[in-house]
This record gives sequence, structure tokens and C-alpha cells, in this order.
Amino acid sequence: MAPAVNDFSLQVATVNGSGSQSSNSVLLRALFQMGIPVSGKNLFPSNIAGLPTWYTIRASRDGWVARKKELDLLVAMNGETAAEDVAALRPGTPVVYDAPLGLDQGRADLGWYPVPFDALVAPLAPDAKLRKLLRNMVYVGTLSRLLELELPEVELAIGRVFDGKPKAVALNVAAARAGFEHAGAFTRPPGLAARRMDATRGKIIVDGNAAAAHGALFGGVTVLAWYPITPSSSLAEALIADLAAHRRGPDGTPSYAVVQAEDELSAIGMVLGAGWAGARAMTATSGPGISLMGELAGLGAYAEIPAVVWDVQRVGPSTGLPTRTQQADLLSTAFLSHGDTGHPLLLPGSVEECFTFGHQAFDLAERLQTPVFVLSDLDLGMNQWMAEPFRYPEAPMDRGKVLGRADLERLGGFARYADVDGDGIGWRTLPGTDHPRAAYFTRGSGHDERAGYSEKGEVYEKNMLRLARKLDGARALLPEPVATGAGAEVGVVAFGSSDPAVRESRAQLAAERGLAVDYLRVRAWPFAAAVRDFVAAHQRVYVVEQNRDGQLAGLLRLELAAPLAGRLRSLARSDGLPLDARTVTDAVLAHEEA
Amino acid sequence: MASTSTAPAAPAEPRVNRLGLPILEYRGGKTTLCAGCGHNAISERILEAYFDLGIPPEQVAKFSGIGCSSKSPAYFLGRSHAFNGVHGRMPAVATGALLANRTLHGVGVSGDGDTASIGMGQFVHLMRRNLPLVYVIEDNGVYGLTKGQFSATADPGSVLKGGAVADLPAIDTCALAIQLGAGFVARSFSGDKKQLSALLHAAIAHGGTALLDVISPCVTFNDHQGSTKSFAYVKAHDEPLQELSFVPALEEITLDHEPGTTAEVTLHDGSRLRLRKLEAGYDPRQRAAAVARLMGAQAAGEVLTGLLFVDPLAPTLVDRLGLPPEPLATLPPERVRPPRAVLDAINASLR
Repeated sequence: MAPAVNDFSLQVATVNGSGSQSSNSVLLRALFQMGIPVSGKNLFPSNIAGLPTWYTIRASRDGWVARKKELDLLVAMNGETAAEDVAALRPGTPVVYDAPLGLDQGRADLGWYPVPFDALVAPLAPDAKLRKLLRNMVYVGTLSRLLELELPEVELAIGRVFDGKPKAVALNVAAARAGFEHAGAFTRPPGLAARRMDATRGKIIVDGNAAAAHGALFGGVTVLAWYPITPSSSLAEALIADLAAHRRGPDGTPSYAVVQAEDELSAIGMVLGAGWAGARAMTATSGPGISLMGELAGLGAYAEIPAVVWDVQRVGPSTGLPTRTQQADLLSTAFLSHGDTGHPLLLPGSVEECFTFGHQAFDLAERLQTPVFVLSDLDLGMNQWMAEPFRYPEAPMDRGKVLGRADLERLGGFARYADVDGDGIGWRTLPGTDHPRAAYFTRGSGHDERAGYSEKGEVYEKNMLRLARKLDGARALLPEPVATGAGAEVGVVAFGSSDPAVRESRAQLAAERGLAVDYLRVRAWPFAAAVRDFVAAHQRVYVVEQNRDGQLAGLLRLELAAPLAGRLRSLARSDGLPLDARTVTDAVLAHEEA
Repeated sequence: MASTSTAPAAPAEPRVNRLGLPILEYRGGKTTLCAGCGHNAISERILEAYFDLGIPPEQVAKFSGIGCSSKSPAYFLGRSHAFNGVHGRMPAVATGALLANRTLHGVGVSGDGDTASIGMGQFVHLMRRNLPLVYVIEDNGVYGLTKGQFSATADPGSVLKGGAVADLPAIDTCALAIQLGAGFVARSFSGDKKQLSALLHAAIAHGGTALLDVISPCVTFNDHQGSTKSFAYVKAHDEPLQELSFVPALEEITLDHEPGTTAEVTLHDGSRLRLRKLEAGYDPRQRAAAVARLMGAQAAGEVLTGLLFVDPLAPTLVDRLGLPPEPLATLPPERVRPPRAVLDAINASLR
């Protein structure tokens, strides 16, 4: 499709560590401020400085925020990748490039816009290091002119991005103006333009990791134990900043503890210790950390200890592609650890849900007395998303079943793992409870209802069946799936960050082929009853997910009886890039039109 | 019995501590360890210490990993919550729990396998952090529950029952802990009731991590000739640095020693540990000298016991984090969920 007003995707190819992130944020914000729906995706290497990086900004008057495969404009700043970057472009694509690269000697079918970045920044600052950073703000000014992006909005955005640093703001505004002036000699690329509209009013721009951190802040987290790992580190760091800013008393006393652990085993161990003692405790990690946490995760499930674990998924197996996105930890996390272990999963599909699940996960973990895993991913967690403002949690915190001293005086004692309420969830006491019958012995070895050591087969089995009932009961407590459309023959099931691509694909299928497709986005495992109903209501159900093996489809097959399971068609794929709508559309059509 | 009374004598009132609790209230379940296991003696000393100090058992939290040692928290302080975790991960679990509730008295029991092999990573980082925790290693140089394999604290040259000879250097957990910045490091012997008791009292009174490596012979797998962790070997090679006595806070003491032979360490809670020096010149406040002395002892085949190092004022993890006096775990919602205005401000900053 040809680019159009407020419907284009532009990419900046640069090297990491060159400060282009600020420039790209300014571009994103300027479009957003003009009321144009935007999304920004950073494709970066597992490296600190000097390797190729691509940042893609999509403007979409229809509000689509998934990755778009086709590029409508390229900014080529990196000589190393320029030839390859340019070769992939469709004819007619405009290319803004660093003039000394001499790219226009290549393809004649592209629109060439040479900018002498070094020459333009030379008069702005004496310091070479600073000039290098300013180069990137020059292309912002150039794009402002080429795309008719309003310069005052660009300057406003610079003010936001360099918040509180007047000198930096002034220098960057000057750089942007230099790029803008230089572009005065250019003929604008045909059809490509930004025009003010009104589709972002009241919205915010945020990444999923920050959203998750804000959610945890309002969830009343009191203990954070973590170990740095891409792409989850920024979640922990955002939470640390939140806690420092908003969770100190008038005298500076914190209402929280943060420990950077020596590894992920220790991080989850600390979280379990804190959860056992009654704190709202969490950690954030990615696939390799999840693998390391396996043994303690099983202990948490078996000893029934609340914990919240964020898994910001990246590409596996092993170290994999640490800075690319994937949804391939579904199976390993659902059943993390040996034995018959199962963990409730929350599957946020937007930054809004990163926030709400960020606080609800604590309610669920304490209600269910078990570790709850929240599966985000690099695309959701580290990229910039438009969102509705976060909504304050109105419901009081659910601290779960805890017996205090007065309860114990009334009851005379308790049995930690007795199913007194028929929901598989026992009552617990917290260490330090001032009653001689409050204590119990938490252990990962076989135990009876009173938490006593037991190797008896019938005691073991009864306990395991109760745990199964508890996990089964979680279906009704976890976030229900979101259904869109009804009555179509064909359905799609997806989760997490696949959502934007699936929503756009539905529109493509309807507009291009007249194919109506109903959509169910699952938001948790174990699945709600509505998931089964959805499959039962459709002849063919495509399961879209970003992994190789069709892990969501696998989980669905585990729960669905034979005739229903036969309706599932796995559309699993992953190359580490965020899913785009065209890939989904093509895959669905390949089946439907076969 | 030569008695003229016809009525039976009233049973003696059991001795109670300052809380009015008899020692029975500090006991745990019946031990399932081997008869004569050093660990059982350590359990006794632990529960006596909490009894003596008048600490409510409900205020104690017990932690352990996996192994014979780690079973032992079931055999003392039955009125205290306990967390028997997974192999080598006791320090992390204890850290989380004691940060969640800083008012608890934490006691962790681990073994030489649990600490010096699988749990080495967590052990060394706990020592660095100085979490308020009594950390007891029940050290017998051997894996008991898996029937007698060497652990990493086995001295080179020591022999297993089946004839295998340890050929790697032994890890000295005390030397490591001192080097890493721990604030209270001691070594003792399960068979030395008086020394172990004094050290445990002091460890509980200490404010940060108190590491006690207690040689605790395994009567089943490592108590034979050729073992350096047997009762006979430790008795023959024990080199106590001091004669120790614990003086509870508020209790007056009279000085009846020759000048220069006795030192006192004032602990976090105001109690004191008196050290009558048996080795002239040993000062347990000298970190580097303590490590050197331990290395010398190891080379000489001595079992150096007593208070090896102490720094009662070293800042703890709780100090560094500036935690409030009450448990984080049960802070009221208004202290842990910021008001609506904070979220409004966050939203505004993202527009």
C-alpha cells in the first residue's frame, strides 16, 4: 500500500550508543502531540556501543500500532548497514542520509535527501562528543520539514525529552532548526505527510516495563529482589525509581526493601522468604532467569507461598537473541519445576494491562497463596506504546486468607493445609504472630494438613489433588479473556503483544477478502471457561503466537477434548521481530484459501 | 528413700525464664537424626539460648536448606515458624523473610554441603550483606543423607569409611566469612557445651549476621580413624582461643581477672561476651590477623575454636536499607498504596 497522510512507517538506521534514542523520542512525541496515533520500536543489538540499531516509528491515522513490515522512509546514519538498508526499500522510498556516505550513487529509483550532518552541527558546539549527539537531532529537523511535522511541536517535544536541562534543550532545538533549514532546498516526498488530527487526546506514551513498575507501586509491593537481565532490568529500575519517589515517609523512611541479588535463584528465594513472612514481594526476569528459578518456583507452589514473578520474554533457547522479542516461555513457565507443578500465568496484552496486572498479581498471589507469573515480552516491555491513562485501583487489596492472633484464640489452633473452605486454599499464619499455636513448619518435602512431615502415599496424593483443585479454581479468579466479534465461522486466539497485529489483521482480512474473523485474546492460564466456549463456537480456530512450537496451542490442546482440539490451527512463528499484521493475514489466508 | 512424710512431695516448679515460660515451651519435635549425632547437641544449645535470653518463641523464625543439618529446626523451638527450603538457598529465603519482618529473630541452620558446595554463592553474599541472622553450620565434612560422600569442608588427607581420601583443599567457611566482611564469626564443637552455649548467646545478641561453624561429628559416616571431623580428632586437636562467658544485658559483672588476660565485647543489645584469653595476642577485632591465624591452624591440623572475629558495630542490611521499625509485611494499605494524586501526576508526566 502506498504511504499516505498520517499513515507511514519511518526507520532510523544508526549505531547504538550514538544518542539517537532521544531524537527518536522527539519524533515520536511530536507526532503524538499533533494528535496522530504512533508507536515506536527499537531494534537494538546485545551490545553497549557501536553496533547497528534500527528505530521504527509508525504513524497510523487508523490507530494501528503493530510493527509494519514496509518502510515508507529511511534515515540512513550508519555507513556499515546503509547498503543493505537501502537495498531492501521499495521503489520511490525517500532516504535521508549522511551526505558523505554518497548513497545516491546506488539505486536510481529512490528519493535521495543528502544531509551534511557534521557540517551542520559544526557551528553549534565546540565539543566533538556533543556534536556527535547533536547530529541525530538534525535529522529530526529535516524530517520535520519533509513530513510537515510542525516545528513548534518538535521543539516542545525536545523540551519534554530533555526535561529540566535548558542548555541541552537550546542546543538540540538549534540542531533541529539547522536540519529544518537545510531541508528547505528539498522537494517534499510525494504523499508522505503528517497532518494534525485528534486521536491522541488524553492518552499517554509509555513502555510496558514502566507500566508494570507503576502497577507494582500501586499494588503495595514492599520487597523487590532482582538480578539484572535484558529485557527486564528496566522494569526493576523503574520500580526502584518509583519507590524512591513515592514510597518514603515524611522523614524519608522507606516502606519497602530492594535487594539486587547475586543471581536469579537468590532473587526468587528472597521473594519467597518475604512472601512467606507476609510481604508483597516480586522479582522481574527473563527466560534464562526463569530457568534458574525452577526449583524454588516449585517450592513456592508446593509450600504455597505468594510471589509475583515478571518474565519479560526474549528470544530463547539458552542465551538466544537477548534483545529480540518472543513468546516462548509459556510452557516452561506454566509448569516450571519438576513434579506435578503448575503456576497461574497472567498474559498482559497492552501497557494498560501491564499496569493493572502489576497490582492485581499481588491480590491473586495472596488469594491463591502461590507464585503468579506475569508474562510480558521485550516488544511490550521496552517499546513505546500509546495508552489510556492508568486507572487508580479502586478495589481494596486482597491479602488472602491469613489468621491473626484473635482468630487463633477463637479457633484454638489451625491446620495450615486443610481445605476448610472447599476451594483448595488453606489458611496461613505469618511468622511473628503472637500466639503459641500460630507456628507451622513450611517445607518442600511431603507434608500433611498440619504441615507435618509425611511420606504417606494417601497424604501425599490428597494434598496434590487439593493443589490441583486450587489451580482449577484459579480460572474463575484470573483475568477473563477478551472476545471481539461473534458469529463468524473462523476464530483467532492470541495473547500478549500479538494483539496489535491480530487486530489489524482482522481489519485487513475483512477489507481485502471480506473474511470475518472473531477474536479471543486470552489473558491468563489456566484458561477461563470462555476459552473452551470460543473454540466450540468456531469451525476453525487459528492460534497466533510468537514462537516456533505453538505453545499456546499446546496448552489449549491439553485442556480441550478431542473434537474441539481438532479445530485448532497453529500459526506460530518467530524471527525475533515483533509480529506484524501482514504476516498474520497471509498465514490465515494460506489456510483459508488452500 | 528415707522420708518420714506420708504425703508425696510436691513436684518442683519447673524453672522458668523471664517470660515465665518453662524450657519445655522451647522444645521441638522428637529428633529423627542418628543417636549421638552432634546436631542434636546443637539443637539443645540453641533452644537453651533462646530460653535463657527470654526471647518469645513466636518472635523467632527458623530457616534451613537440605540435609541432616537442615532437618534439625524441626527438633527445637516448636512454637516458632520455620522454613525448610531447598538445597543451598537458605540465605536467600532468610533474607526475604527478615526484610519483610525485621522484628523477627532469625536463626538459620545449614550444613557443610548446604553451605560450602551448593550454597556457596548465597553464603558469601549473605556474609557481605550482614543480614541480622544467626547462621549455624553443622559441619561434619560429609553428606549424611546421601550416605557419606565428602563435602567441601573435608580436610585434605582425611579418609572416608570406604577408603576414599579427600584430595582437594578444604573450604574454611570462617576464613571466607571474615574476609567477606562478616561481623561475627566463630567456630565451635558440638561436644563443647560451655563454649558453644556462650557463642550462641552472643550470636543471638549480635546485631548482624553471626556465623557459627560448629564441628558436629557424623557418628554414622565420619567418626572413624582417619577422619578429621570425628569426636576423637576434634577433642585431641581443639585449640580454643578463649574461655568464653556470656553476660546478659543489665547484669553486673565483677572483674576478677588479671589485667590483659580478659577482654569484653559489648553486643548489639547491651549484653557482653567475656573472653579470657587462652592465646596471648589474639585479638578478634583484627580481620586480617584472624584470617592468617585460621590459615595457620589449617596448615597445622588444629581445630581453632572460639570467637574468631567480631565487629559489633558493622552496619547491617536492615540499617543500610533504613527500614521502618515495624514489619514491612503488615504495613497498612495507606502506607504502601500511594494516593490517587500520585497516579495523576505519573499519568500527566507521560502525556
